[in-house]
Amino acid sequence: MVQYSQTRFDVSFAALSDATRRGVLERLGRADASITELAEKFHMTLTGMKKHVGVLAQAGLVTTEKVGRVRTCKLGLRRLEEEAAWIEKYRQLWAARFDELDNVVEELKRKEKVDGRKKRE
Amino acid sequence: MDARRESEATAMKNSTMLERKSEREMVLTRTFNGPARIVFEAWTKPELLKRWWAPKSSGMALLSCELDVRTGGKYRFEFGQDSSKSMAFFGKYIEVIPNSRLVWTNEENDEGAVTTVTFEEKGGKTLLVLHELYPSKEALDVAIAGMPEGMQETFAQLDELLATLGASVGRS
Repeated sequence: MVQYSQTRFDVSFAALSDATRRGVLERLGRADASITELAEKFHMTLTGMKKHVGVLAQAGLVTTEKVGRVRTCKLGLRRLEEEAAWIEKYRQLWAARFDELDNVVEELKRKEKVDGRKKRE
Repeated sequence: MDARRESEATAMKNSTMLERKSEREMVLTRTFNGPARIVFEAWTKPELLKRWWAPKSSGMALLSCELDVRTGGKYRFEFGQDSSKSMAFFGKYIEVIPNSRLVWTNEENDEGAVTTVTFEEKGGKTLLVLHELYPSKEALDVAIAGMPEGMQETFAQLDELLATLGASVGRS
């Protein structure tokens, strides 16, 4: 759990470490915007803005949707929280299964050792 | 120094990592302290799988588990409190490579994932990677949206069960 959240937080913090990206989030907090609009607003090239939006999207802070030739960006915070909560629950289920599986593996290993000894005797 | 390092290693539990790898994929990784043939055995023998697939903390009871582990073979799990209130998970194995790879379908609904499990042995330990590929982004989104509710129900059942057990212990 710690490790998973850590990765998630690292990605989010890296995404937030840049002033332009924080500005983009602030702007999207007011209204959805296309990449072209964001590029103009922050006096950047399209390619430069696409990179920033890519980093924000990677962190789940922004989602983008392409309609025709226009890619619209919107805040993705809520989704991020919901998805992270689900992923953590699903991970916990598997972690619990795997803790039990550890016991089975240990037992099979011990059995194999004993059987091996018997065969050699 | 070496002994200390070793005891630290045993004290440290192998961690389970889960990541949404793409719009359609979930990837789970975990290391086990045993050779691949043993971990594989625990995934493919019903009597062994039964012992770990429904851990107590999940609140689920495994009512039945049938596996025909070979390419084209079917499997079926039933979870629940009793057979009147059970939930079935089923599908078939589409690839079986002993001690290294299992691929199966999940056919309980139309939008089920294809699950691939690989077992990679290194120095007596096994790295297990479980990969779920959903037919579409929407299918995974739906699975994600539906899960918390199902899990809450499961946890509620567990609470009930614990309360019952606590009460009976108290009485005896």
